[in-house]
Amino acid sequence: MTKVQTDPDPETALLASAGGEAGVLATSGGGGRYGVAKWVARRLALSVVVLFLVSIVVFVATQALPSDPAEAILGRDATPQRVAALTEQLNLDKPMLEQYTSWLGGVLTGDLGDSLAAQRPVADEIGSAFVNSIALLICCAIVLLPLAIGFGAWSAMRRDSFGDRGGLGAALLVGAIPDFVIGIVMTILLATNVFKVLPAVALFPDGSSPFSHPDALVLPTLTLVIASMPYLYRLSRASMIEILESDYVQMARLKGVSSKRIMVRHALPNALVPTIQASALVLSLLLSGVVVIEFLFRFPGLGSELAESVSNRDLPMIQTITLIYAAVIVLLNLIADLLTVMVSPRLRGELK
Amino acid sequence: MTGSTSLLARSWKQKQTKIGTAIILVVLFIAIAGPWLAPYSATEFVGPPFTGSTSAAPLGTDVLGHDVLSRTLRGGLFVVWSSIAAAIVAMLIGVTLGLLAGYRGGFTDGLTMRGFDIVLAFPQLILVLIFVSLIGPKAWLIVLLTGIALSPGVARVTRGLTQEVAQRDFVRAAELMGMSRRRILWSEILPNLSSALLVEFTTRMIWAIGVIASLAFLGLGPTSDVGNWGLMINENRVGLPIQPLGVIAPVVVMAGFAVGTGLIAEGISRSMARIEGARTS
Repeated sequence: MTKVQTDPDPETALLASAGGEAGVLATSGGGGRYGVAKWVARRLALSVVVLFLVSIVVFVATQALPSDPAEAILGRDATPQRVAALTEQLNLDKPMLEQYTSWLGGVLTGDLGDSLAAQRPVADEIGSAFVNSIALLICCAIVLLPLAIGFGAWSAMRRDSFGDRGGLGAALLVGAIPDFVIGIVMTILLATNVFKVLPAVALFPDGSSPFSHPDALVLPTLTLVIASMPYLYRLSRASMIEILESDYVQMARLKGVSSKRIMVRHALPNALVPTIQASALVLSLLLSGVVVIEFLFRFPGLGSELAESVSNRDLPMIQTITLIYAAVIVLLNLIADLLTVMVSPRLRGELK
Repeated sequence: MTGSTSLLARSWKQKQTKIGTAIILVVLFIAIAGPWLAPYSATEFVGPPFTGSTSAAPLGTDVLGHDVLSRTLRGGLFVVWSSIAAAIVAMLIGVTLGLLAGYRGGFTDGLTMRGFDIVLAFPQLILVLIFVSLIGPKAWLIVLLTGIALSPGVARVTRGLTQEVAQRDFVRAAELMGMSRRRILWSEILPNLSSALLVEFTTRMIWAIGVIASLAFLGLGPTSDVGNWGLMINENRVGLPIQPLGVIAPVVVMAGFAVGTGLIAEGISRSMARIEGARTS
């Protein structure tokens, strides 16, 4: 892992920023200073601390730093009565610390406040949007992970061939282009201009399952898969090459083991750890892309809600949605680290 | 900084670097000289909304009947300068904190890395969104926050390399001679990182373009009559079936900017890998 962190290669540098915590454990020999159970406890505590600090950042950015949030929300022409009413509703006249503790207390007890634009509880407002976004993320993950990992392994086995270089070149070009530009190109190609086979907007009625509108899911999923493919493909190719060049694979080759068997029995299981870490990273990248892509296709998810709330300056909605995004990322990294421990044979032994 | 200059010279031999530089020069020319070349102002009406190509407006008109060519020529500056500035901010923060954390270790190291854990808990775009949402889309704020959002990766790389370089004899010698910590960091350690940091800078540029262009697309760039490429794409996409040029023109320059940067980054990191390979084998 130390090698990975100093490697200037873009993909390994990405991998290093994915979540080095489990890697630190792997290299420090695990049981040395503290056991795995202790490490897991420490890792859980760290996640809670990060989430707590994240809540402070959200609060400071939205409520403490703006000189007058009530005026920012209502605009300069607002009547003093309305400003006073909003100040009262959001507790803006109380001291900062009290504002923060009452807000955090509300979040922890499930009272997220009322949406200013819709005049109803935030929880009701974002419930179905959250489900829709998760559905979209799952669709992306199901298509993306096997495709990118499989293609990465395929490319690694044919290193420097025509197909491998073509794949790398395509990954380079597509990887540089912003997600929404890819989405626009997909719209032009498949919805509005060249082939008119898909809807350009993914609208479907509030409360109905996104899976009952499969055609609405296709363009957002396709765009996000194409946009995230380059990173995961390059990562899985790089880690597969490292494994194929390792001593035990070379040894198996010298002993005359078939290349198919080497792949299935030796290479793939060992590629699991870097792939888990990379997948967590790619999913968190997807979360960033999802905001813009949902907005682009008007997909009724959390990202669209966030974009709309930002333009309405709907403070309670902005606070809740950004907190949810951060919580999902912290959770993803936690799961990835725990999975890493579970699949590393040496570390797994310590847990028993 | 001899390391990075020789790396630049070497990377020029890669064809990716040459093609990338050519594309970037064209995009920079459009963004910087565009306002003087534009036939119309950004708010002049040259025809009905979403008219196709005419002799007066070769790229047609946009959602409000403005000239697409003129708006493309005038709307590049924000995305271009703020992406470059954000990548520079990311380097300044990441390198400074990475050097300190890597060299001092212990408490400073722990504190810095935990701080970056918080930054990493937010999707990059959302970290910028939270601050911009109520304070308002000010250009300096967008640049600063995008820089902060992109700095953890730079810091990790800098920290790792600093830990390695700090073990070498010449740093030990400087320490024994009683050289100040600041001088050791800036004149002994930093020059040895310059090649790796050049690679970091070009990759951060790609990310910065992504974040800033996306913000502009969401309508959260600084407000002005001139508009910008991201906003143009957003405004004109309703007219895609009848007047696709209003979207295609900004998409092409934006994609060119991103791909050109990507090609340069690839050229530099390839030459870097080659130098590293020659050194270790």
